[in-house]
Amino acid sequence: MLYREAGQFKASYQADQQIFPIRQDRVGFSLVLAFFFLLVPAVANQYWLQAILIPVLIFSLAALGLNILTGYAGQLSLGSAAFMAVGAFAAYNFMLRVPGMPFLLALVLGGLCAAAVGVAFGLPSLRIKGFYLAVATLAAQFFIIWALTKFPWFSNHSASGVISTQAVVILGYAFDTPASKYLLTLSVVALLALLAKNMVRSSTGRAWMAVRDMDVAAEVIGIRPLHAKLSAFAVSSFYCGVAGALYAYTYLGTVEPEGFNLDLSFKILFMIIIGGVGSILGAFLGAAFIVLLPIFLDNIIPQLFGGLLSSSFSSNLQLIVFGGLIIFFLIVEPHGLARLWQIGKEKLRLWPFPH
Amino acid sequence: MEKTHRARRGAPLAALAAGLLIALPALAQEQFIGLPSYRVGPYAAGGSGIYGGWIDYMTLINERDGGINGVKLTWEECETEYNNARGVECYERLKGKGPTGNTTFQPLSTGITYSVLEKVAQDKIPMVTIGYGRTDAADGRVFPWVFPMISTYWSQASGMVKFIGGKVGGLEQLKGKKIVYLYHDSAFGKEGIPLMEQSAQKYGFTLKQIPVAHPGNEQQAQWLQIRQEKPDYVILWGWGVMNPTALRAAARSGYPRDRIVGGWWSGSEEDTIPAGDAAKGYISANLSGVGTGFPVIQEVQKHVYARNKGNMEDKNRVGSVYYNRGIVHGILTVEAIRTAQQKFGAGKPMTGEQVRWGFEHLNLDADHLARLGATGLLPELKVSCADHEGAGKVKFQQWDGSKWLPLTDWIEADRAQVRGLIEASAGAYAKEKGVTPRDCSKEP
Repeated sequence: MLYREAGQFKASYQADQQIFPIRQDRVGFSLVLAFFFLLVPAVANQYWLQAILIPVLIFSLAALGLNILTGYAGQLSLGSAAFMAVGAFAAYNFMLRVPGMPFLLALVLGGLCAAAVGVAFGLPSLRIKGFYLAVATLAAQFFIIWALTKFPWFSNHSASGVISTQAVVILGYAFDTPASKYLLTLSVVALLALLAKNMVRSSTGRAWMAVRDMDVAAEVIGIRPLHAKLSAFAVSSFYCGVAGALYAYTYLGTVEPEGFNLDLSFKILFMIIIGGVGSILGAFLGAAFIVLLPIFLDNIIPQLFGGLLSSSFSSNLQLIVFGGLIIFFLIVEPHGLARLWQIGKEKLRLWPFPH
Repeated sequence: MEKTHRARRGAPLAALAAGLLIALPALAQEQFIGLPSYRVGPYAAGGSGIYGGWIDYMTLINERDGGINGVKLTWEECETEYNNARGVECYERLKGKGPTGNTTFQPLSTGITYSVLEKVAQDKIPMVTIGYGRTDAADGRVFPWVFPMISTYWSQASGMVKFIGGKVGGLEQLKGKKIVYLYHDSAFGKEGIPLMEQSAQKYGFTLKQIPVAHPGNEQQAQWLQIRQEKPDYVILWGWGVMNPTALRAAARSGYPRDRIVGGWWSGSEEDTIPAGDAAKGYISANLSGVGTGFPVIQEVQKHVYARNKGNMEDKNRVGSVYYNRGIVHGILTVEAIRTAQQKFGAGKPMTGEQVRWGFEHLNLDADHLARLGATGLLPELKVSCADHEGAGKVKFQQWDGSKWLPLTDWIEADRAQVRGLIEASAGAYAKEKGVTPRDCSKEP
């Protein structure tokens, strides 16, 4: 009933092509945006901003990047964390070595460096596919982390290879409180998500999807696989790079190359699998699931069982429950949480008259 | 703020929790200590041993003494999985708990240490990093809130050089010798390099650095290279599975194990037992004593384990390397709180700022250690405003095939050399970050 779209006529191409063609979606999405932009910074405390919301947003952005590559262009990658590392270390070096470098420009340049590296490691995708390509991107994961550790120039000759980021100042305003860092992260993520949404609806995105579904057929209808695949690698790595720079600047403040290890790459891959492969919303839902569920379990399990369980057992139980829930969700909906939302929405449109 | 959020999260649980909790402890004076522990994952052996020992020591203080001057210690664990992001979440979660907030943050992970390095200063929570973390934080003028106590990596490296020097008949005999530095190729593994390079120049030995890629379960190539190099000693700066692998590979290539000197993260039972016979004779550094012979450990057995309140699931681990290191964490934390209470009021919970003062004025001399029953468990320690390391000493121990045996007493690092490197590095950090070092003559 609430979701009925009767009476909403589309009178122009523009109205037909907008991101949210249904009015309820537009209103709902505006409310969500207003909630996160206006209400959250006003009421959330430091714990929620710094330890929950900022990492979820950053990982959403990284998952979005991987989703463009894997979900839309069909190229499996295990190098997302390494591209994040490139973004973080590149932004750090631009800020360090170029006097008066504005932060937002360093962020973009960091992303562009990651994009360049991503294209280089995407080249094998022109020859190999599927799991073989995953192994090739695995090489990126190991090579990049090795290079960042090996050459001290990247970390400004810090003895331990750890970089600690400069203060974030934009137009004279210092982003040093959790709320301001949160708003900065949210703005960047929202902007890039909007861009991604439009990109996948444009000819670029259609070319990616054509290559994903069948690259021979795509080539026959005039899509250049080289162009499509490499642009997917570039855009995906750009997103991961920006996420990595935000990870360093607005979240942790100090990062080491080992922080961007294979585990993190797998985590980002799990985010898109749980959230929904080939869906923008899925990247956000998946990131929230993977980041928040372990924290939730760590809070709830010791409280539920109090002193009954030893701490080791309760720590292991968290992992068991976490793994179990992942399997449960994948069995219930193999296409991810985003698909659950979609099904729910379709049901709502008919409710309460399913026929 | 913190209250509202906890209430929000806790609301659905409140009914359940009320049913489970029979009686809430009376609201006595309490000192809260947040424990960012890790009991799962590849490093669980270290995490469960150290946090287990630490918790046992705090239980001992509560059970035997009724707390510190009547202030009971309370704690809560938060699972970090040795992961930086989870560690930051734990830090934020724990920092507001208890009547005075979190007293001290000790994450047992260099990555997490770096991630919260600047936050602890803002939130006024002292961070103690025993045997890991940022080495140059020993310069308390630049890092007032960080205490890399007992020994830093550079003190360990210097202690190793001294120990090897002693083996070959004096430091001057090191001239012309060859030492291989076999290290975990990571920030942690590279920590020792600056000091080793400087020592190689100073004493005239040849230093050969051989990295092992993480995780280090394949070391054929490295040990082939070591066989070709024929070094007089091998320093093993490893972590996790890399250690037993190195010992097994050394046995296969016929390198004598008593010429391998490991660091303190390469010298626990968990490193040697998996290597089996290959580990026999292997030497490692340690910053705490081993065994159950210390009076304080026997007190723990008597007051904690005999009453079934111990934290270790495997009671045989009491007295092991990691467990005893946990006891040392407990002793230093408790004594810092006690020192703070002497200044700011006995019998009151201390704030993080006051406990920081306590850490900075910690003075554990021989008498004090004897009173604690911890003579030989940790070295004499005197922390000051400028020197947050306090001791700079290491012990060496040897594996006899079934247990670690103490090999030497405390060996003091070349503190002038270590201090020089620390001040140079901390000075560079201060310059990069625009920090003005404290003037220690003006500190209270």
